[in-house]
Amino acid sequence: MYVDSIKNGIVIDHIIAGKAMLIYNMLNLEELDCPVAILKNVPSKMMGRKDIIKIDSQVEINLDVLGYVSPNITVDVIKDGELVEKKHIALPEKLVDILKCKNPRCITTSEQEIHHIFKLTDGENGVYRCIYCDTVAQ
Amino acid sequence: MAVRHLIDILELSTDEITELLDCADDIIAHPENYREKCRYKKLATLFFEPSTRTRLSFEAAMMELGGNVLGFSEAASSSSAKGESVSDTVAVVSGYADIIAMRHPKEGAPLVASMKSSVPIINAGDGGHNHPTQTLTDLLTIRREKGRLDNMTIGLCGDLKFGRTVHSLIAAMARYSGIKFVLISPEELKLPDYVRTDHIESKGIPYEETTSLESVMPELDILYMTRVQRERFFNEEDYLRLKDSYILTPDKIRNAKDDLSILHPLPRVNEISTAIDDDSRACYFRQAAYGKYIRMALILKLLKEAGSEL
Repeated sequence: MYVDSIKNGIVIDHIIAGKAMLIYNMLNLEELDCPVAILKNVPSKMMGRKDIIKIDSQVEINLDVLGYVSPNITVDVIKDGELVEKKHIALPEKLVDILKCKNPRCITTSEQEIHHIFKLTDGENGVYRCIYCDTVAQ
Repeated sequence: MAVRHLIDILELSTDEITELLDCADDIIAHPENYREKCRYKKLATLFFEPSTRTRLSFEAAMMELGGNVLGFSEAASSSSAKGESVSDTVAVVSGYADIIAMRHPKEGAPLVASMKSSVPIINAGDGGHNHPTQTLTDLLTIRREKGRLDNMTIGLCGDLKFGRTVHSLIAAMARYSGIKFVLISPEELKLPDYVRTDHIESKGIPYEETTSLESVMPELDILYMTRVQRERFFNEEDYLRLKDSYILTPDKIRNAKDDLSILHPLPRVNEISTAIDDDSRACYFRQAAYGKYIRMALILKLLKEAGSEL
């Protein structure tokens, strides 16, 4: 299978196999009007299989979403056909308005226009907790 | 200058806790030295959920410091009944008062308030989450009864799942050396995993979980009883099934240590028989009285840190 390389855009690489659609949805990539390619189950020496997303445009993306969904992901920034920057994404310390707290007793269920914030409390196991009620992110 | 709040007991270092307990001891010994400390200062008590002792002890604390009190005691008599947010309520009230004590049924409400307030916010209980001034009360009681906060076995009995006072007390006591926890509850009301892993297991503190109060009684230095709280259950049937899980009677403390201290955050329903009230080991009414003094110490500390000359 062959997918064209991109001239100006972003390649989200080393996504855990099967997570590409989740990232596509969480980043709202369906709202883009440029070409977006999703490659699933691509053979990888390091990971066995991986997913890749190619975006044929220079767009701002929320790196925290990437780090949360699939740690150790890389983001390649391509300009004029050249790789100009490679970002290694780690688990973010804080997630703002990415997840919603599932605890029905949490203040986020009733307060207007409140930011939904989760903090990383266990980096080894990737555990995030709501800053308001300490409930673990699902 | 950033305003200091108290939302979670762990925001206070052990040195600061010692400072607060020392201050409370001094207030108990020399109340006359504190009668004018908060003259012309106002405490707002914003209680979106009913409470008797916490609200009254805050109000009594401010009055004994020579200050004034304003506020409400239930959500129905506040603007939240009209749909006002916690942020807006606090933005308004912080213009009227020098310090705010807030109780709210939603977990995290006082943290939201602290993000908006220009005066110190004290969390007076947020749902089943935190209740730091009850913990300060418990710590003052334990230190006054035992003369120390380290080297003891603490039994916590009853509703360990929703009991916010239990969660905060464990977090606070886990910072002292030589502590062992004995967790006594029905299966359905066991301590939440995150409290056990964060505050007990991660620090290598010895603990045991049991459903039998009698079997562990002889080893306890402190027995912290709690009420199964009707307001924490979505299902009335579950509440009725669990509410009488543990009832402390004179029979059950027959094999307890002579210097056992029995604490309870109150109110009790039936989980401690009134026949125990006259036993010298029953500390819960003294504990309730200490609540006023530690809140006086806390009000003084937060107002001073906010720039008041007291």
